Amino acid sequence: MHSFGYRANALLTFAITILAVMCAFASLSDNFNSPSPTSQVQVLNINWFRNKPDGDDEVSMTMNISADLQSLFTWNTKQVFVFLAAEYKTRKNSLNQVSLWDGIIPAKEHAKFYIHTTNKYRFVDQGSNLRERDFNMTLHWHVMPKTGKMFADKIVMTGYRLPEAYR
Amino acid sequence: MDWQGQKVAEQLMQIMLVVFAIGAFITGYFMGSFQLMLFIYAGGVVLTTLITIPNWPFFNRHPLQWLDPSEIEKHPKPQATGPISKKQPAKKQ
Repeated sequence: MHSFGYRANALLTFAITILAVMCAFASLSDNFNSPSPTSQVQVLNINWFRNKPDGDDEVSMTMNISADLQSLFTWNTKQVFVFLAAEYKTRKNSLNQVSLWDGIIPAKEHAKFYIHTTNKYRFVDQGSNLRERDFNMTLHWHVMPKTGKMFADKIVMTGYRLPEAYR
Repeated sequence: MDWQGQKVAEQLMQIMLVVFAIGAFITGYFMGSFQLMLFIYAGGVVLTTLITIPNWPFFNRHPLQWLDPSEIEKHPKPQATGPISKKQPAKKQ
């Protein structure tokens, strides 16, 4: 601590070390948050349902997606990425996931939303397995923190079924 | 900056940064604002810089007391008697 430069160096390194520790604690503090998000998806209409020339089934639907993800936000949350996937089981694959819609929620004020939309991404099956298929709507989310660990979770909504005939 | 000043400067620097860090974290957590935590801590770092880095008169209140050159004539260097281990010099006083 005998010179100006030595003191400046000591202060800078110590200050940055403490900053790293503060960030680590900020990340740990996220564990005290126990979120209780809710979500509801209503399929309003099957717009069309067809078997494509290459043999794969494709369906287009109109949905109401409503969710309250406000409890996911803490002081250490930068944004939340959320996507809605249709999940179903076929003879060949025990789990098929098709992303229908996604979004980025930049702040807590936007975390309670209600969206009326057709599927943003095409709902195509690899094969012709969609007729009379029971499927789940699953809302997945990834919480992106300002510092530290990323969290991911989902809500599974059951009881959806595709029509038995193409239209 | 004298020896005592250097010790005080180092301790002051460490204590101030830790106190500001704890204060900033608690305030930020309870106000729910990460940005506020960073601003408080940045302010603390700037304040600590201003207090502990310049060579304030405060750090120079214990100047070293050097002996007068005439002292060496009054106390001639003692002559070595017998073998002395260089690794463990005999302590005087």
